[in-house]
Amino acid sequence: MKKIKINSFAVLAFVVTFIFTTFNANANQTRENVIKRGSLNCGVSQGVPGFSNADASGKWAGIDVDLCRAVAAAVLGDANKVKYSPLSAKDRFEVLKAGDIDVLARNTTWTLSRDGGLAVDFVGTNFYDGQGFMIRKAANINSAKKLNNVKVCVETGTTTELNLRDYFKQQKLKYEPVAFTKADEAVAAYDAGRCDVYTTDKSGLAANRTKLKNPADHLILPETISKEPLGPVVRGNDENWANIVRWTLNVMIEAEEYGITQANIDSLKSTEDPAIKRLLGLEGETGKNLSLANTWSYNIIKQVGNYAESYNANVGPKTPVGLARGQNASWRNGGLLYAPPVR
Amino acid sequence: MNISDIKHWLKKNLFSNWYYSLISLFIFYLLLITLPPFLDWALIKATFIGNSKTDCQPGGACWVFIKVWFEKLIYGFYPEKEIWRVNLAFLILISTVTLAFFVKSKFKIYILFFLIFIFPLIGFTLINGGFGLERVETRVWGGLTLTFILTFFGIIVAFPLGVLLALGRRSELPIFRFFSILFIEFWRGIPLLTVIFAAAIMFPIFLPANSNVDKLLRVAIGISIFEATYVAEVVRGGLQSLPKGQYEAAKSLGMGYWKMNFLIILPQAIKTVIPGITNTFIALFKDTPLIILVGLLEILGMINLAKSNSYWLGLATEGYVFVAIIFFVFSFSLSKYTQSLEKKYNTEKQ
Repeated sequence: MKKIKINSFAVLAFVVTFIFTTFNANANQTRENVIKRGSLNCGVSQGVPGFSNADASGKWAGIDVDLCRAVAAAVLGDANKVKYSPLSAKDRFEVLKAGDIDVLARNTTWTLSRDGGLAVDFVGTNFYDGQGFMIRKAANINSAKKLNNVKVCVETGTTTELNLRDYFKQQKLKYEPVAFTKADEAVAAYDAGRCDVYTTDKSGLAANRTKLKNPADHLILPETISKEPLGPVVRGNDENWANIVRWTLNVMIEAEEYGITQANIDSLKSTEDPAIKRLLGLEGETGKNLSLANTWSYNIIKQVGNYAESYNANVGPKTPVGLARGQNASWRNGGLLYAPPVR
Repeated sequence: MNISDIKHWLKKNLFSNWYYSLISLFIFYLLLITLPPFLDWALIKATFIGNSKTDCQPGGACWVFIKVWFEKLIYGFYPEKEIWRVNLAFLILISTVTLAFFVKSKFKIYILFFLIFIFPLIGFTLINGGFGLERVETRVWGGLTLTFILTFFGIIVAFPLGVLLALGRRSELPIFRFFSILFIEFWRGIPLLTVIFAAAIMFPIFLPANSNVDKLLRVAIGISIFEATYVAEVVRGGLQSLPKGQYEAAKSLGMGYWKMNFLIILPQAIKTVIPGITNTFIALFKDTPLIILVGLLEILGMINLAKSNSYWLGLATEGYVFVAIIFFVFSFSLSKYTQSLEKKYNTEKQ
């Protein structure tokens, strides 16, 4: 009996060492693995309008999807070599840590507890979201500061509910929450007139407005009462890979700043501007620092486009989501988007 | 049937005394206030023709949504040009099951053998690829196809495993009995959601990173084991309902353990618990949408994806009604099919 016990301990020890060595061997190899595999595994949502969504032909689109495509363009030279995994909010970090996906681009809020506590790295913000309010135009209220004695439709058990409470407390205003477990229920109740106001993140407000009977009768108030910076996430043990995803996003933002678009990039090849030349891979060795070919940034802009193109195609005013740029405008236009220099 | 017959039928079935009349009237009232608005929405004001949400009339159901997304709802992200393979696999399955109705009973054992041992290999090769067929990763399997695959896999694994566990639990050898009890009680004691989550997320953490056991396979095995323990308890109920004389008679004929169980005990026991087993399998079928939690999109997951496409927002009701109809049709058929089996094998009470 005793002998068996020792043997099983030996086996256990062997297995544990084996696991740890294989894990360590796998650190810092995401780029090599992606190149060897010939495709990028990207974790997306199970359907968030404008962020990551499939259409009836099975093609994925959205600003998060564009980020995946941009990373594939940078690393593999082909934006179409992406395999999408639609993840739930509950399993997204676990799937990333287990190595099933290389990038998590699933409208994930960047917070200290996640960045510091989960062995993952947030590498930037590709959408500044925040909680807002929607109200009927007939109510003649144009600011969240004037909301008093209102009924507010809200989803339970979310930070949305907590932010709502904090906001009204700070403003010393009165409100009555009407809570629902699903966004669709809250929207339907608001539409049926059970509340005066509906609150959720602004990207959600805009998308949910299209579900109402007469979307044009409703107004999204300008105030944003919480910070929800959404961004791509990678495993915490691979600095090279984190840099690749971070600078892919930065290239898209900087390309907008310099007015480089999918359409005009080839005509800019004769430019004298060194910053544009660097973004086109014609000057400097930007790729070398990331262990990529120097055409990486050119491929991103040529195949996916700059940030503005991606934004306007997926969530901009001409799409059903219909979001104005707001705080997602470039810093030159008074927004928050500011990329460190690609040089 | 003439008017007096109808009157007689009404009186006998709906208005035989005052409280039956009251209940009948109440039910009529409920139907009257719910059915017309639903039919108005689902059929009369509904839109069937078109290609986008803008073609739909307000106030009615937008079945265009289901029509446009139909292929995705049935096949998930399975590549379009390979869809014939899925169709062929299901054609084989359906024709074999139908064939079983028409052949003589001595051939039925061969059909059963085919369904349990041969068909899974054929079906898997067709859907997954191999032998010259292009490989299709399980990642893109989805929609109703995935629902069926999981249910079928669950049934053919859970049933034999469940029967073995039930026998084990009643075994006279303490090791088998103890192990079976432990196994059954453990798996029955944890929620299915936990099993699925552990199979998909936790399990790979304990494996070396490059040994890739497919996620769908892990989840399917997890669900099958979970359901097997329910089957085991149902079958145990059947075993306990048999009089001791059956065991003694079999033994006195000189039968060994396996011969006794497979020829005398199990055929009688399983026959009595067909309703319970059907129940378990219908529950299994209806539990499959839980896999959405680990990123596998069966039909309900595909509806969730479709209804949140920017150009199709606000059509959740149509989607859920469609899924409800699909689930009802298949659960009801399964239940009808097993009822016919029950009648057929109800030999004592004829």
